[in-house]
Amino acid sequence: MKHTPKPDMVLKGIFMAKKTLKEIRINRAWCKGCRICVHFCPGQVLECDAQDKAVVQRPQDCTCCMECELRCPDLAIEVIVEHPKEAAHG
Amino acid sequence: MDDNVRFLQGNDVCVQAALYAGLEFFAGYPITPSTEIAENLAYHLPRQGGKFIQMEDEIASMCAIIGASLTGRKVMTATSGPGFSLMQESLGFAIMAEIPCVIVNVQRGGPSTGLPTGPSQGDVLQARWGTHGDHAIIVLTASNHQDVFRMTVDAFNLAETYRTPVILLLDEVIGHMREKVILPEKGAIPVVDRLRTSVKAGIDYHPYLPREDGRLPMSDFGGEHRYHVTGLFHDMWGFPTTNPKIVHGLLRHLNDKIKNNISDINRMKEYFIDDARTILISYGSSARSALHVVHNRRARGERIGLLELQTLWPFPYTQVAEKCEKARQIVVVEMNMGQVLLQVKRAVSRPERVMLANRIDGVFITPTDIRNILRLIHGKGV
Amino acid sequence: MAVQDYIRKRFFPHLWCQGCGHGIVLNSLIRAIEELGIRKNDLVMVSGIGCSSRITGYVDVHTLHTLHGRALAFATGVKMSRPELRVIVPMGDGDALAIGGNHFIHSARRNIDMTALVMNNQIYGMTGGQFSPLSGPGVKATTAPFGNIDHGFDVVKLATAAGASFVARTTTYHVHQMISILKEAISHKGFSVVEIMSQCPTYFGRKNKLGGAVDMLDYFKSHTTAKGSDAHKKDPLMIERGIFVKEDRPEYCSDYDMLVKELQLKGDA
Repeated sequence: MKHTPKPDMVLKGIFMAKKTLKEIRINRAWCKGCRICVHFCPGQVLECDAQDKAVVQRPQDCTCCMECELRCPDLAIEVIVEHPKEAAHG
Repeated sequence: MDDNVRFLQGNDVCVQAALYAGLEFFAGYPITPSTEIAENLAYHLPRQGGKFIQMEDEIASMCAIIGASLTGRKVMTATSGPGFSLMQESLGFAIMAEIPCVIVNVQRGGPSTGLPTGPSQGDVLQARWGTHGDHAIIVLTASNHQDVFRMTVDAFNLAETYRTPVILLLDEVIGHMREKVILPEKGAIPVVDRLRTSVKAGIDYHPYLPREDGRLPMSDFGGEHRYHVTGLFHDMWGFPTTNPKIVHGLLRHLNDKIKNNISDINRMKEYFIDDARTILISYGSSARSALHVVHNRRARGERIGLLELQTLWPFPYTQVAEKCEKARQIVVVEMNMGQVLLQVKRAVSRPERVMLANRIDGVFITPTDIRNILRLIHGKGV
Repeated sequence: MAVQDYIRKRFFPHLWCQGCGHGIVLNSLIRAIEELGIRKNDLVMVSGIGCSSRITGYVDVHTLHTLHGRALAFATGVKMSRPELRVIVPMGDGDALAIGGNHFIHSARRNIDMTALVMNNQIYGMTGGQFSPLSGPGVKATTAPFGNIDHGFDVVKLATAAGASFVARTTTYHVHQMISILKEAISHKGFSVVEIMSQCPTYFGRKNKLGGAVDMLDYFKSHTTAKGSDAHKKDPLMIERGIFVKEDRPEYCSDYDMLVKELQLKGDA
């Protein structure tokens, strides 16, 4: 009983599992190059380029965890995900 | 007997007039000699569905009325010397952000804690220049309760018309004295309501773009238009800017909207001015004694008159100069060390004609005091 | 509505420094507002002066950028006048608790329905790095060149003692927690206080040799722990995060309205 997950967690888990990356959009004009997204990305997807702007280096490793988007102080990152349902209709 | 005839303290009259003018929100903090205004509003406002709040200090009181005014309410606070000093910063905010509000300062003796229960008119220049930066301000005053009523209503009307704070500068004598007052019937004194924008929702609204006549139609906070309000120099949408052209334009606008309307804002009363050789200039409670002296001396055939100022700021320099042109002596009667005296000297030609009759000891200036000073001026001794 | 619809894009990139925690607060705040589905016209944000207070310029709601320390007093006027509006008051640590300390405790005491955010970066950033009432002893600042001897407030304890009916703490590292706490705080009926530990790499970080924004976020990660956790029991110096107070208490504006209704029922009005 103790370990029964709450229903919303189950739902979240299902969605998380099925989410796939469509695109990581980085607004270069807004990015100030603090490297927070680079450092805290669990899949090392992002890097900073010569102009100190975040760039997507390994999109295939993205787990769509959204950590970069949520922690970006410049509101410069948007992780666009695709749910299988949407893809089917799209 | 008429129901509207009352025997009230000046502070009570101010409350009655504020309600007449449509006061909806009051925030304040107790301080002598203005406290009765807060006490009375704590009783009256909730009974009429209005809002009364006692804040933690005068700073917060002033800030709270500005916030409430933005949402479209007619607002007021009341205080005295030390509290008025605390309000200066937010007074500047209301000037900069063009937010209508009325601040009553029932003057007491200063500086500092001074004489809480003693009369003084020492805040005339503070009312003008207490907050920092170039700015314009409207300051009204009154010498009797009928005028307290009228000036209080006018204070609200001018605040709403020019989107600016208006200071009602009363004094301890006026605030605490009881005398007869006739409360006007509804409609007897015009009440100005806020000019609101006619711009429809979804259309770009410029809260800080003055019309050709200098007036700014407002949109209530919480209404259909979302905008920014700041104490920084701002553009026509209200957003901060350091653009010299916009800074210049806004500072000019804030000053011009008052300066260009002196004739509308100025209020003064004159008694026997036309042939007067000696003109007394006074305001507030001092003007009562001055008027008494004028009546007494006129009865004896002396050519003396009184110019009673009701608008202290913007100071009516031109009007005072015109009225005083033919006078041999101009005697400013006030309870300070010559704050209005300075303005009158600036206003008139041959400023050597201007003299001061004052008291600064926390005691009300009496007709005898003025008479003695006039005798000294005329070389007759006391 | 998309998250980005809540911001005034024409003012971006914002004025905050590289890696400033206040941007993360803005990021979480608009997500919380969006997830709660609050209409932009129903929301008022009131701020004071400082780096933190510039947040109001970026959010597309009714925004009032006031005086240093006075945001809560202005907000009290807005809320009392129009209780149906939601009011959020983002403040800096000096703004909220030095110059604005009196308004802070009295707003808490009144339990007036608004959400006070203390964006705590332990420093005055806008003026160039002076110590604040949340810096604490030992901290280096331009006005404490030999180390600060001034003790800091504990915002959570202060707000609790003053009577706030919702009190929480989180950090800019813990963005999921921040969003969920902000949602609860904004939904709470009464005075809610959320302390958000936020990094100032430019002044606090540099002065105190804490590294850049990344290092400072790592510090929040390693030096804070969930409220009541074992980690905190083992090491009481670990700063606790979470919701510390959440109580239903009479709210000021509702009580005032009740008073007005009672007077009207008595026919006294």
